[in-house]
Amino acid sequence: MKQKNSPKSDLEKLGKDIVSQIKAMKNPEITIPVRALSNVEFNEKTKTLQLGNKEGKRSFFNVGHTKKFLQTVEVASVIKKELLDTGKHEHLRGVFYMTKRTIPGTNVNIVDEQVESDKIIEDLEVITDLSREQLHVSANKMGSMVGNITILDSGDTIDCSHLGKGGYSVPSITDELEFKKVNAKFVLYMEKASTFERLVEDKFWEKNSALLVTSQGQTTRGIRRLLQRLSEEKNLPIYVLCDWDIYGAYIYSVIRYGSIALAHASERLTIPNVKYLGITGDDVTKYDLKKHIIKLTEQDMARIKQVSGYDWFKDHKEWQRQFKMMREFNGKVEIQALSTRGVSFISDTYLPQKIKNKEFID
Amino acid sequence: MPAEKTVTAEDLAKGQREISISEFFVKNKHLLGFDNLRKSLLTTIKEAVDNSLDACEEAHIVPEINVEIKPISEDRFIVIVEDNGPGIVKEQIPRIFAKLLYGSKFHRLRCSRGQQGIGISASCMYGQLTTGKPAKITSKTNPKRLAHYFELIIDTKTNEPKIVQEHDLEWPEKKTGTKVEIELTAKYQKGNQSVDQYLKQTAIVNPHLFLTYVNPEGEKVEFPRATNELPKEPKEIKPHPHGIELGILIKMLHDTEAKTLQSFLQNDFCRISTKVAKEVCEKSSLDCGARPERIAMQEAETLYKSLNSTKIMSPPTDCVTPIGEELIIKGLKKEVDAEFYTAVSRPPSVYRGNPFIIEVGLAFGGSLPSDELVRLYRFANRVPLLYQLSACATTKSVVSTAWRSYGLSQSKGALPAGPVVILIHVASVWVPFTSESKEAIAHYPEILKELKLALQEVGRKLASYIRKNVKAKEQRERANLFEKYIPEVASSLSSLSGEKKEIIQDYLEKKLKKELPILLGDIKQKDETKE
Repeated sequence: MKQKNSPKSDLEKLGKDIVSQIKAMKNPEITIPVRALSNVEFNEKTKTLQLGNKEGKRSFFNVGHTKKFLQTVEVASVIKKELLDTGKHEHLRGVFYMTKRTIPGTNVNIVDEQVESDKIIEDLEVITDLSREQLHVSANKMGSMVGNITILDSGDTIDCSHLGKGGYSVPSITDELEFKKVNAKFVLYMEKASTFERLVEDKFWEKNSALLVTSQGQTTRGIRRLLQRLSEEKNLPIYVLCDWDIYGAYIYSVIRYGSIALAHASERLTIPNVKYLGITGDDVTKYDLKKHIIKLTEQDMARIKQVSGYDWFKDHKEWQRQFKMMREFNGKVEIQALSTRGVSFISDTYLPQKIKNKEFID
Repeated sequence: MPAEKTVTAEDLAKGQREISISEFFVKNKHLLGFDNLRKSLLTTIKEAVDNSLDACEEAHIVPEINVEIKPISEDRFIVIVEDNGPGIVKEQIPRIFAKLLYGSKFHRLRCSRGQQGIGISASCMYGQLTTGKPAKITSKTNPKRLAHYFELIIDTKTNEPKIVQEHDLEWPEKKTGTKVEIELTAKYQKGNQSVDQYLKQTAIVNPHLFLTYVNPEGEKVEFPRATNELPKEPKEIKPHPHGIELGILIKMLHDTEAKTLQSFLQNDFCRISTKVAKEVCEKSSLDCGARPERIAMQEAETLYKSLNSTKIMSPPTDCVTPIGEELIIKGLKKEVDAEFYTAVSRPPSVYRGNPFIIEVGLAFGGSLPSDELVRLYRFANRVPLLYQLSACATTKSVVSTAWRSYGLSQSKGALPAGPVVILIHVASVWVPFTSESKEAIAHYPEILKELKLALQEVGRKLASYIRKNVKAKEQRERANLFEKYIPEVASSLSSLSGEKKEIIQDYLEKKLKKELPILLGDIKQKDETKE
């Protein structure tokens, strides 16, 4: 992604390019790199998912394209006029409402559902090589952070060690945050908010000099960018704690290698040296969690087959061993299963032991 | 054993007694259309309206019928059906309305509605059994005379009418006509099997009928006429030898006025010539001059077999009266809001010695819902069939027709989906039903074949309409869409690039004019040559 050019002039260039096609009496078209699994490659060198070279055209005088063409120029113009020109930020939902209106003389809406405008914004990212954050569009805030770190956020200084049980609510755009003072040895990112609450209550971060970060389910872009910056700028190791199931493994995979939908943003989001801490199949045996195994569904099985075949996992011995164990146990184990050994077993025993013994998957 | 008393024939005989007509009615009411409260209301109105229509047509009067359902309480109503028919002579009134199984239609073979049910007397009986109230009949046969008024109940032991009240009265607003009032327990509910639906469908296939209807909520609906022409009067025919059962043959042999077997065959059946009659007699080794009554006792079965094995010309078919393509379309047009109407009236055909005609009408588009299954309106001799949809031969034929090739979507084994009403009319001197309740038409191969041919023909007409008009309309809408999109795209691009909106719009519009024929393909160009 470019950082230097002004996003405003990039959008302006997109517009001028289309207008010059129109003036040449051509059928105006926009070139868009294809964002689909077929055009995503695993780059062995960077160990990240990258967008391939396939390109699609979206033209106005084409019955199948015309609406999307209109949506693309409309969303681009709204972003330029309402956000970039004014310096304001807007949520994806807001952009949807700014573009949602009925075209005069028809019963056609420019967009009917938010997924449409969301898709167009992702398209604009690949068309202009600008990130959504650079386009001043934000997404849901879905994450929290606690620990000995002081952040400068839009002029406010926030001490994340004095924010109670909830912690710092991580904004959707984390590019502009400034890390003032960091006093931590590592970052622990977890899939489950309930585990986060457990660790906060046990003061785990204080006792172990850790930064605790969570976002419900799939990791949001804001959190991924935040973790990447903490890793790169502050040289902090990042540990990931997930359920021992295929979805947990994929959460790690996205943080490590990138995702198919956001392959174009891999550079800004992936963390090459992130480590998977648990839960692992070995933990299940070691900590006697077998009786808490939940049986795999057909869907789980299919997903294991799919994920284990991905290029970046295909030849990864350790992950292949984990997938094999999932199949052998025919089951999955949640982080919360650890609480059967005692409410604070996770903070007092499990995590410190794992970190001390460096029991990670790279 | 000795402890038990032996049962003698005399003892058994004590248990035998006559079954009263009311008991018979209560035990068999499902056969007569009184299965439940909702259906009872429909059957009562149906019997009365069918009678009125038949009476008007027989008397060559263009029918005008008023139907009213007055609510008394939640489950009690008074049904009033009034017509402008010829009226009923005073002496006949008690037996027509208060004696079960009395009537003129049961014994003859011609297209009439009345073979549908047991008749209006069953409705009167139902009202009487559920409310204890007599049926009230007013009838006027001559404009210059007074009308007769009766209050009647049926003696449920003897099946004979009892007159509760009787007098003459003035009925100035009618020249002639009949009015029936029946109070009954019933349930009024709208929907596919409602009185409302029955009357609407009746209005479609009887375009000569002017009908007014006041429902229990007091709303009045008028169904206007589409024609003043009465349907062609159906001819009565004699039975065809291939269409009768052995029992009927025996009865005919008994009842005939003919003195010899040969004259019986020639006079009481259609399509039996002297030659054929002799051939049949010879085959059964019977004397042409034998007395029919004697044959009935002894050789009826032999005669029946040889009648069936003899080749006999098909029955005449002019006794079946179709509605006709034009009137089906008119009927649909006035009751169904659509954009395309078509109909097919097949030539007559014969099943088991009974002539019949299949007619199919179709309405498409307009305000019909496009995301539902097609609506199927079924009729037997112009009477709507509202129950047992899935058991009916007409439904089977619609399901097994390949509607996808005619432009509708259809899941396997289901009715097609789309903004369509399909009307199917089976007219016959004897419509075959699957059961006594007379709600579904039986699956005779000859009938299925005719249904298929008729459905395919309307299907082809529909397909060509869809191809021409719907596709063209879609194309026009698309062209229109480009026109509407241009100002939007121009204004977005203007704020993106800084170029003036008008300039961008101008270029795009010029380009659209050039591109349009290519964008819309052939259809648009054809349209232009037409205009």
